[in-house]
This record gives sequence, structure tokens and C-alpha cells, in this order.
Amino acid sequence: MVNCMTHLASPALLAFFSTAPMAHLSLLDMIVIAVYFGMVIWIGIYLKGRSNTSEEFFMAGREMTAWIAGLSFVSANLGSLELMGWAGAAYQYGILATHWYWIGAIPAMLFLGLVMMPFYYVSKTHSVPGYLQLRYGEHARILAAISFAMEMILMSGVNMFAMAVVMKVVLGWSLTFSILISAVAVAIYVTLGGLRSAIFNEVMQFVLIWGGALLVPILGLVQAGGWNGLKKQIISNMHSDSYFHMWRDTGHFASNPMGTHWSGIVLGLGFVISFGYWTTDFLVVQRVLAAHNLRAARMAPVIGSFFKMAVPFIVILPGLLGLVLLQNPDGSRMQLVGQDVVKSCTADESASQMDATGCAAAMSKTTLPAAYQQKVLTGAAGTELHSYNDALPLMMVRYMGPGLLGLGITALIAGFMSGMAGNVSAFSTVWTYDIYKPLINKKGSDSHYVLVGRWSILIGVAVSIGAGYLVQHAHGIMDYVQALFSFFIAPLLGAILMGMFWKRATAPAGFLGLLIGIISSVSMFVWVKFDHAALGIVALYPDATDMAANLYRAWWAFSISVIVIFLVSLVTKPKPVAELNGLVYGATVLPKEEWVPFYKRVWVWALLAICIFAALNILFW
Amino acid sequence: MHGSEIQIWFFIGLLLLIYGVLIFGYGIFELATGCYPAGVQLTSLHTPIWWGGLLTALGVLYCVKFRPGRA
Repeated sequence: MVNCMTHLASPALLAFFSTAPMAHLSLLDMIVIAVYFGMVIWIGIYLKGRSNTSEEFFMAGREMTAWIAGLSFVSANLGSLELMGWAGAAYQYGILATHWYWIGAIPAMLFLGLVMMPFYYVSKTHSVPGYLQLRYGEHARILAAISFAMEMILMSGVNMFAMAVVMKVVLGWSLTFSILISAVAVAIYVTLGGLRSAIFNEVMQFVLIWGGALLVPILGLVQAGGWNGLKKQIISNMHSDSYFHMWRDTGHFASNPMGTHWSGIVLGLGFVISFGYWTTDFLVVQRVLAAHNLRAARMAPVIGSFFKMAVPFIVILPGLLGLVLLQNPDGSRMQLVGQDVVKSCTADESASQMDATGCAAAMSKTTLPAAYQQKVLTGAAGTELHSYNDALPLMMVRYMGPGLLGLGITALIAGFMSGMAGNVSAFSTVWTYDIYKPLINKKGSDSHYVLVGRWSILIGVAVSIGAGYLVQHAHGIMDYVQALFSFFIAPLLGAILMGMFWKRATAPAGFLGLLIGIISSVSMFVWVKFDHAALGIVALYPDATDMAANLYRAWWAFSISVIVIFLVSLVTKPKPVAELNGLVYGATVLPKEEWVPFYKRVWVWALLAICIFAALNILFW
Repeated sequence: MHGSEIQIWFFIGLLLLIYGVLIFGYGIFELATGCYPAGVQLTSLHTPIWWGGLLTALGVLYCVKFRPGRA
């Protein structure tokens, strides 16, 4: 989830350099990619005529159907960084990585549709910071808006850079070429078509990702001898069946490869991070706010939840298949390694040769056979190291010839570009409505704000390019950017849940809860960075992984935010209940929805989603 | 999203149709010439033919069903 959930610890792609590209594109592949670029530009130009008012430009005219809003909602979280990162995580941790798609998404998506959506929709807010302004006042809005805008620009830069790195590794394209071509295309189609253009491209990206990536698990399963054949080979290679259990081995931190505990998965991931992301992150909520009526807005996340449950088929399964199917040129089983090892064994741009001592030390911590390590050190042909994040592209190259490979690469490009488009369109809305309008020019005309929105997209893309190069030259920054995301999300969830479900919560309490929650989250992060022993307190286990630490830090930040809001509310004056109509549960008269047959009702589909979710967790227990 | 406007599903149908035809065409070329790309696995399954055919069929379906001007 970064842009979403990559921040949930999907490994960074920074050390993703290798010496030779994995694949060479044929003319047919290049035509396939060119057709995609032509199509997105055409969509942008076509939609320009329907993006003239602020409601059309920033909210897509609020006329999306439940299906379009739902696919866009789930697609905004299906960037290529996620696909590759989680396929790599599945290679490392097995099916445990599926938690980020199931408990880390489904309950929160259903909660948004069933419970929270009416308040966002009825209040007619343009953004999540806008809701905070209605509920808690201007200070809370500005704090949330500035942090969100900053995060969106940085994330757009990260997406841009990540795409450039992937294209360099897979195809050998130069970083500058990839960054410029993606930035120009995104700038054109979002500036012209606004949110509607971003949504159209997200829906198209969703179809492309399935069309481009679905072949990998299908052909992989054929070659592995089906699911049972895959299981048998993994157990034989890895000498463990932990790769196929989501919950069984989470009773202790040390008994599962991810180094986490079920309490962290349930409270940190399943509740705070997941609910924080899916119910309060404006990047995804904006897609649902564009629905054409309340019923569509409530149905959209429910529709999205079915597709979300299916995503592990094209992400997790290729990672597992990679464990048994990927081969070195000499026919031996290929073993992927961490990015730190790849980086240590690759000559960087300033040196002509790799550091052999550093490489040997890095490889000694892996399970690579000694003979293979020796070959890598001597630079023997065909002994390149690949990182876990390479699992998905390597599987694509394995099965996809001309045309199909172009489709797979287009799916990755589309994933990155729609991630960027999502970032800049959300940035543009928050910048215009929540920063520019209240702080700089309150009295502009509607067309003036549309113009500001268009310019903010162009400036946002330009700043993103700068952020992309910053990430390129200061590698550690990407981890901090991902951490940045987690600093805000947990306190924001605390503020919104307390504001939406407790009439007594007051404006100063909301602002202070948000602020102190953010400060406490940053403090815990810094504390652990400078004193590793603090991990035993923050994450309850001294050897907890970064991933586990993220989950627990989110839980504490959320708790602190809720406690502060509760205590400060008790000593400050609440708003009269009459002013909370449309904002708070118990003080809002919800509009009566039109009668529809039972099979079109939101709760029926939500119930079905819950049943499938429960069945999947039991099946892979 | 109504009337003579082009819907997103039409754009998707058109894209799938173009991709389907290109990939299916390449699959036929592969089959006719017996030239298979080096290093690619399971070429005996003729993936481009059935995958390209599937994309083409879906593309045609969406283009027809969501063509501009259709009531």
C-alpha cells in the first residue's frame, strides 16, 4: 500500500539495480506499449470538455456508477509497487503475505461501505480534511491537509522513480527517459480530464493488470503440477509447510518467517492500519465520493472487496510459484535474495567493480549454495543475483513471448502511472479546497479554482520529478517516505472515528488528538532508530521485524490519539447536537434510500463478502 | 455517463480488441512458422492464440455493448 499499502512494509525497490536487463522488447511489444500511451492521452483529451466546473474537475461530476467507483477504489491500491513488492514478500514469507489483502483490507472496506460512507456522502465534503473542518474546525483541517498534500507529492515521486528503476532492470531503459515519459503522460491526462480521467485510467489499469498478469499463475500452476504439486515441491525445497498457513504459526514472533504475532496482525494491521488507510485516506475515499448517489457510494467499497480478495491469485501465487519454478541459466533452482545483497554484489555507477569483500559478507547470510556464491564472486556468466522484488517480472519473462510480454510490461507501467495520477489528482483537490481556498483566496470564482487545480497538477508533477530524483540520489529517503505515511494514518483514524461516533468530541480535542498522535508516532520511530532496544517496548519483542514494529507503532499512535481526544473533550465545550447533523452517528438523519430488491442491497453483498473472507481464512489457516 | 458519450467500458473494449488482435495474430504467425521465442516456457500450449482470442472476444463484446450512441 504505498500509495497506499506499500507503506505497510512492502520492501523498497531501491537496490533494484542489476547489470543486464531481464528482457528485450520486440517491435510488437513496443506497439502494445505505444497503444496504451495513445489511449490514455486520447481519454484525457476526450474528457477535457467534461471537466469545466470544479464539481466536474475535482469530483468527476459525482456521477460514477458503483462498479466504476468500486473498481477505481480498489485499483488505486493496486499499483505496480504493490504487485512486485507483495509477490516478493510471498516468495520470502509464503502465504502469510496474504494478510495484507484480506484482514488488512476486507473488514475496513466493508465498514466504510456499511457504516462510514453515509457521513462522508451526506456531509457533501470534497475531501477527508474537509470533513475534519466540518467536525473539528479549521486547525484540524489545515494540519491534515498539509501533511496529506506533502505525502502525495512525495509518493508520486516515489512511484515515478520506482517505475523508472523497474524499467531499467527489466528493459534497460534509462531512468530519465522513464521518468519523463510517465510524468508527461500523467500531466497531460490528469490536467485535461481531472479526477474523471484518473478514475477512467484506474479502471483501465485494473483490466490491464488482470489481462497482463493472470497468465503467470495459470501457466505456473500448469508447470508446477497444480496446487498440490506446488505444495509438495515447496515443502520439499524449503523443508517447512509454514508457507501455506496464514494463522497457525503466528502464536509467537519466532515461529513464522515474518517475525510477527497474531495480535499485531489483528490490532495493528487488521484494525488501525487497514481502517486508517481504507476509511480515511483521501486517495481512496475520493473515488467513492465521486459515486452518483448514496447507494452507489455504499456499494462501491463492497464491490471492491470481492476483487481485493481475488488479487492474491495474481500477486501471492506468482511469488510462491517462483520458489519452485525459477531457474538459473544452468538449470539449478534460482534463489532470490534481499536487496541489500544484490546491492552489495553490484558495481555502482561510480565504481567499475563490485566490492568483493562486502559481497561475500552479504551472501554469507543467505542460503545461496557455496559454489554459487563463489561463481558470483568470480563474475562467472549467468550468475547474476536477483532480489525478491524481481519475482513477478522474472515469472513474466519466463512465460510471455512477444506481445504478451508487452502486455505484462504495459500492466506494470499502467500501475505506476495510475498510482501517480491518483496521487496528483488527490493532491490537487486537497491543495485547492483545503489549503488554497481557506488560506490564500477565499473569494475566487468556480473557474478560478478549476484553473488552480489544473496548475497544481502541473506543479505537483514537476515537484514529483524533483522528489523522484531526490529518492534516486538519497536512497534511504524512500524508507522514510513510507514511514511518513504511517505517521499520519493512525492518529487520523482516531480523530475521525471519535468525531464520527462520539457526539461529545470537541474541536480542540480533535486537533490536539491528531497533533499528539502524529508527534508520538514520529517519536516512537526516532526512538527505535537511535536505540534499537526500544523495539522491545514499542513492538513488544526485541527482535521484531520492521514490519511488526510498524504494526505496533500504528496501534499505539491510534490509542494515544483516542485517549487525548477523550480526555480533552471532557474539559472543553462540545458543539450543540443540532450542529452535528450529517457529521456524527446518532445526530444525523440519513436520507431514505429508494427500495431495491434484496439482491441489490448493500448488506446482502457485504454479508456474502464476509462469508467468503471467513471461508478463505479458515481454508488457509 | 449516458447518451452519446463514450463510456469507460468502450475504451477498455477497444484496448482489449487491439491487444487481442495483435497477440492472436502473433500466435498464428508462431504456429505457421514454428518460430518460438527463445527461453519462453510452455510454448507448446500456444498461449498467444487462446489468450489473444479471449482478449479479442471480450473486446468485441464491450465495444458492441457500450458503443457510443447506443441507448
